[in-house]
Amino acid sequence: MSDSQAAIRAEALESLLVEKGLLDPNDIDAVIELYNERVGPMNGARVVAKAWRDAQFKSRLMADATSAIEEFEFEGGEVQKLVVVENTDEVHNLVVCTLCSCYPWAVLGLPPKWYKDPAYRSRVVREPRVVLTEFGVQLAASKKVRVWDSSAEIRYMVLPQQPQTWLGLDEQALASKITRDSMIGVEVLTDDL
Amino acid sequence: MTSEMNIELDEVLQPPMANGEVIFEEPWQGRVFGMAVALSRAEVFMWSEFQQSLIDVVGDWDRWAAARQADEIGTYQYYEHFSKALNKLLVEKSLLSEQDYSTRVAEFSARPHGHDHSH
Repeated sequence: MSDSQAAIRAEALESLLVEKGLLDPNDIDAVIELYNERVGPMNGARVVAKAWRDAQFKSRLMADATSAIEEFEFEGGEVQKLVVVENTDEVHNLVVCTLCSCYPWAVLGLPPKWYKDPAYRSRVVREPRVVLTEFGVQLAASKKVRVWDSSAEIRYMVLPQQPQTWLGLDEQALASKITRDSMIGVEVLTDDL
Repeated sequence: MTSEMNIELDEVLQPPMANGEVIFEEPWQGRVFGMAVALSRAEVFMWSEFQQSLIDVVGDWDRWAAARQADEIGTYQYYEHFSKALNKLLVEKSLLSEQDYSTRVAEFSARPHGHDHSH
């Protein structure tokens, strides 16, 4: 199907829903604006930066991430339950949704295209280390890889390891360096970023 | 964190998607996504119901693709599945008739070339 046909289908559906009084086009605009401008991985980056700087916050985050992030008042969280998994010297965590595209919107925004593709969804479970290598992540053989399959009920976010040279930075500087991919688990943050 | 710091952070992090990527490749993808979220916010359906519909549609495609050679499958178009899942759920809930929908698609398809779309 070409994009123009897809566009016509979307427009036809919208016109019918508006006629039936089920939708106001302004509400659609508001949703698009929210996800384009205010919801995205910059939110998760703030959470990670705070967890690195504030041990008490980190323990609350690890115990119950859904409640711990309430103080940020992020919008757009069609998130039922958020679980944060921590990368350590022993374990590297990786997030996927094998069934469709479940993703922690409030902290990471909408998922990148590759996250929704069948190749990533199926291969990450079968051969996580190979997939990680393709993303440029080389892990020591001794390091365990844990794959977390997101679902409608539970969304996962990775708490990446903080590079040593970032230890003196404040939350704001840290947040600007933390990448989306590191919070999905397909990137390891390094000193030179 | 103080509210002052929040404001600074917001400025530092503009444009917001600098840490991500363009989220909709075509405007219609944003419209379809916006419709699904707006309908769930208006409690026309629950988000979990939409999610199940999406899991069903994607699952059908996965099974279809698993039985075929790579060169028969073509590119995976996520928002085509998203769109199909929305239509399916609305039809199941009797909020959309397939007949009305096909008629409207045919009407819009028949518009003269160069018609100025409403969005």
